[in-house]
Amino acid sequence: MIGVSKMKCPKHVVEMIHKYLDGDLHEDEGRELKKHLQSCEDCKAHYQELEKAVAFVKSISHVEAPADFTQKVLEKLPKEKRTVSTRRWFRNHPFFSAAALFVILMTGSLFASYEESQFSVTKYDNLVVDNRTVIVPEGETVKGDITVKNGDIKIEGKVEGNVTVINGDQYLASAGQVTGEVEEINELFEWLWYEVKSTLSEVFKQ
Amino acid sequence: MEEFINKKIKQIKKGDQNAFAEVVELYKDKIFQLCYRMLGNVHEAEDIAQEAFIRVYMNIHSFDMNKKFSTWIYRIATNLSIDRIRKKKPDYYLDAEVAGTEGLTMYSQVSSDIAMPEKEVEAIELQETIQKEILKLPDKYRSVIVLRYIEELSLQEIAEILELPVGTVKTRIHRGREALRKQLRHL
Ligand SMILES: [Zn+2]
Repeated sequence: MIGVSKMKCPKHVVEMIHKYLDGDLHEDEGRELKKHLQSCEDCKAHYQELEKAVAFVKSISHVEAPADFTQKVLEKLPKEKRTVSTRRWFRNHPFFSAAALFVILMTGSLFASYEESQFSVTKYDNLVVDNRTVIVPEGETVKGDITVKNGDIKIEGKVEGNVTVINGDQYLASAGQVTGEVEEINELFEWLWYEVKSTLSEVFKQ
Repeated sequence: MEEFINKKIKQIKKGDQNAFAEVVELYKDKIFQLCYRMLGNVHEAEDIAQEAFIRVYMNIHSFDMNKKFSTWIYRIATNLSIDRIRKKKPDYYLDAEVAGTEGLTMYSQVSSDIAMPEKEVEAIELQETIQKEILKLPDKYRSVIVLRYIEELSLQEIAEILELPVGTVKTRIHRGREALRKQLRHL
């Protein structure tokens, strides 16, 4: 019996059922499908089984992550750059920040130094400088901190120290490596915090 | 939502881990659920979901902010889950099933602790059966079915996550549905 009824079903009925389930069925196809399902038990059963399978799968959603999930992810991250927590601290203590800024502006050196756009870089024998781009060549190791002002740095080798780029970008090649912290200071705002920090550390040193 | 995420991403790019924690909180359930339904094991799901978030953090500089963040994280988690499925050796499946009785699946973990009314036990058993049947699907059908019916994503979003044409996603969903129909029809 089943074999016989299958014979008379247009091949594309199952296809139409799937299109219907995906919300892709045209109105006229919808009418055709409905008409067929009313007269054909096999296709109707096929359709109902598909709907049932989908409903079963949907019924098992709403799983939640374990309670300590976020904490565990954070524990696996590399240590946060100290500069970020410093910056966040200043952001959360606006009064202190304003006071610190005032002190710096009073020194008068800030804008003068910001406007200097002279390219400069910490000197190391194995650094290559190509038109305002500093390159740490592949296979070379720079032992110490590098600061680049008004230029970019491309790290293909290894830096055993911190890298600071002021008004420029840093590119770390896949083979490149920096053992210390990498920091980019581009905007005036960040430049201010950089000045705040260095002024403060000088103050505290005294 | 996108605006909030983009703001957080800018902070993460500067290395702000508090901002990252907020993003993890927002997506952890969806990502964990995806991994759990793909892998069928709580410990593995946790492992892979954590890995997905760590990759997000480590690769945040390569994320294009003109694109949808959720698509990106779903892609990372789906690919990691598929990799894990493919790395499983056949004998590992046997181990996992035996271990399942010792509380490795979510529901037996819950059910072993508390005495539950008959009806709830039945519901939990039904859920375990459905999960088992999903796990029988080849990974390319399993991923589209989970993304579509458990994560409730649109066909377009799934196509973007898997980097496939929408037509291919539809074909896979049709085949996945047909397989599940045969597996679940007698329930
Ligand atoms: Zn028919």
